[in-house]
Amino acid sequence: MKKQREGTLFVKNVQFFDPAEGISGFGNVLIKDGRVASMGEVTASGAVQEVNGEGLLLCPGFVDLHAHFREPGFEYKETIATGSLAAAAGGFTTVCVMANTDPVNDSADVTRAILERAQDVSLARVYPIGAVTRGLLGEQMTEMGRLSDAGCIAFSDDGKPVSTSRMLRRALEYSRLFNRPIIDHCEDLNLSDKGVMNEGSVSAELGLAGIPNASEEVCVARDLSVLEVAGGRLHVAHLSTAGAVRMIREAKKRHLPVTAETCPHYFALTDEAVRCHGTHAKMNPPLRNEEDRLAIIEGLKDGTIDVIATDHAPHASHEKEQEFDRAPFGIIGLETAFSLSFDLVREGHLTLSELIYRLSTRPATLFGLPRGRLIPGGEADFVLLDLSHGWEAGTPGYCSKSRNSPFTGRRMWGRVMATIVGGRIVYDKEGVLCG
Amino acid sequence: MIHDFLPTGGPPFGPHLLSVSSMSPEVLTGILDTAESFLEVGHQSVKKVPVLRGKTLVNLFYESSTRTRSSFEIAAKRLSADVINVTPSQSSVTKGESLIDTVRTIEALGADGVVIRHPSSGAPAFVADRVRCHVINGGDGCHQHPTQALLDLFTIRKRKGRIKGLTVAIVGDILHSRVARSNISTLTRMGAQVRLVAPPTLIPAGISSWPVTVFHRLEEGIAGCDVVMALRLQLERAAGGFIPSLSEYARLYGLNARILEKAASDPLVMHPGPVNRGVEISEEECFVKSSAILSQVEYGVSVRMAVLYLLMGGRSEESSMGVPSSETGGKE
Repeated sequence: MKKQREGTLFVKNVQFFDPAEGISGFGNVLIKDGRVASMGEVTASGAVQEVNGEGLLLCPGFVDLHAHFREPGFEYKETIATGSLAAAAGGFTTVCVMANTDPVNDSADVTRAILERAQDVSLARVYPIGAVTRGLLGEQMTEMGRLSDAGCIAFSDDGKPVSTSRMLRRALEYSRLFNRPIIDHCEDLNLSDKGVMNEGSVSAELGLAGIPNASEEVCVARDLSVLEVAGGRLHVAHLSTAGAVRMIREAKKRHLPVTAETCPHYFALTDEAVRCHGTHAKMNPPLRNEEDRLAIIEGLKDGTIDVIATDHAPHASHEKEQEFDRAPFGIIGLETAFSLSFDLVREGHLTLSELIYRLSTRPATLFGLPRGRLIPGGEADFVLLDLSHGWEAGTPGYCSKSRNSPFTGRRMWGRVMATIVGGRIVYDKEGVLCG
Repeated sequence: MIHDFLPTGGPPFGPHLLSVSSMSPEVLTGILDTAESFLEVGHQSVKKVPVLRGKTLVNLFYESSTRTRSSFEIAAKRLSADVINVTPSQSSVTKGESLIDTVRTIEALGADGVVIRHPSSGAPAFVADRVRCHVINGGDGCHQHPTQALLDLFTIRKRKGRIKGLTVAIVGDILHSRVARSNISTLTRMGAQVRLVAPPTLIPAGISSWPVTVFHRLEEGIAGCDVVMALRLQLERAAGGFIPSLSEYARLYGLNARILEKAASDPLVMHPGPVNRGVEISEEECFVKSSAILSQVEYGVSVRMAVLYLLMGGRSEESSMGVPSSETGGKE
């Protein structure tokens, strides 16, 4: 699957498409030294590798603002190498990795170690997210200046909310120095208590402790109020409730500097999935009800939700193969994100252009990454899609080291056929390009 | 009667007993009828029939329990099965062995059935998907307690002569009660009207989809009820902030002779046990005539015999020998 090539490539007879630049056309794409040289009626001169893009759509590679690659510390769940393989298979050319590793990414040394490791083994571009507080303990702010210099592009205590309103205020204010967003996992832990799934009729029936929508909404409300006094940039992670969408929409109307993401499972599933998928449908925030699911789609349609991220959260089988309340929260998502999101296009909720924008251009812009565009002279990070290709998730397996997905066996439409990072083919399904 | 209900294909409710929520009235009635025929065995001088001779049942209890575990043990022994009790504190569970590994070990040792009581909702179903032996849910978290619901159903039918058309009030901590969840589905399926009586903090969110009427005041909730079922209140609920104190709970939801006058004449008072005296039920013994609490315990053995027999008895020549029916039950 993985093929090492020089950064020079000639993709023939391909439909190419970039929502950001408003580029749409058919023809050939020439890549030289890892950058797009020209597109359209171009010919290759000299001996370059030619690939046939017939029937495929070429667009900017996807950018994931929210993934857990688990390295350092939890390499039995995922490593930067396996995580990047999953990213490549899912069409993600850029991945921002969360700080809740062991040690926590709360110092420049850890950031540099992650980047060095990524340099050696990663197929995708990796951007570390630094912790907001040391050790994610919520007590003392990290040295955001050193972390930014080392390469952190945002800050988050993800897995937990920023501990207190005051800490959030200081973090938002201080991060303005470096023009880095604070990403918050919005949850009132006190209200969630021992909850393990969405609170509602399903949790009532299954006898599982519930996490009410208010858990997320109380924290979103807090964050927006604090943002108003602190300034800075707030990015709300994994939106899951109708109320949270409503609050973000209202805040955006008032031009507060807030952005938001959701994940495919929040518009593809409801808490009913817990009945048949067990711990593979356990994540935080939890899958909500149908009304919330529709509100998330509405939020994506009207732009309240800027970005689709994965919250790719690998866990080993022995961790998920447990009693529901003991199993950890989280599912993998990189390899299924595009196809699940493409359902929104098939169902008429989004145009293809809007979808690619929310998977690629918009996330890159939010975190100031020079990605998500298909322009001559720009880095040749792109994905080749076959929109008519049907496939079954998780068959024959996943590229991720873990398999914790509720979508395994699900019939999907739209498939990533190849992924190219810096002109190098990092994923080529069944040798589509070179076979 | 038993022979009629036990199909050659296996137990009428699948290879495991995990939940009563999808059992049809016919299946429920079949189980009750089978339990009826086993009731005789408990009244014999030799309280034993050989229907599960050579079978091994393991009681795997992750929560302390006296009556359910003893009841399963006595039921299995009356059917001539061998019974092993495994309790986590004495086993490798304390060494960090996972639930699934523990059950696979028990299975490898040759168990035909395992009764699991576990604090995590869904734990028995999780195990059942991964083993071949019969799994019986002995109570899982706040989810289900199938044999309790069956024995409650049996007790009501025995004492009231019917279930259809009765009004049953379930009083107490509905939110955390597996007994309530199981009873609501069996009682409504059998044609009873079910009322829930509890403070709003102990009623689960999402209850509007349940076929019940919710009351917050005890007097209103039990008015005219034929059966009043009190639930055990875990004493730590006050610490969890669900109720301000046990005494306030007792004042608002405790059953006593005076409040029971609001119920139908000759109401049946039930409790899954063990009772917190002075909390769910007052010290007064004035309504001892109405109390079904000890009958519940006695009938629990017959009901569990029926369940074990239906699950593990098979219908081979050997295992059907000596099975009592209503006609022959008292012979031995």
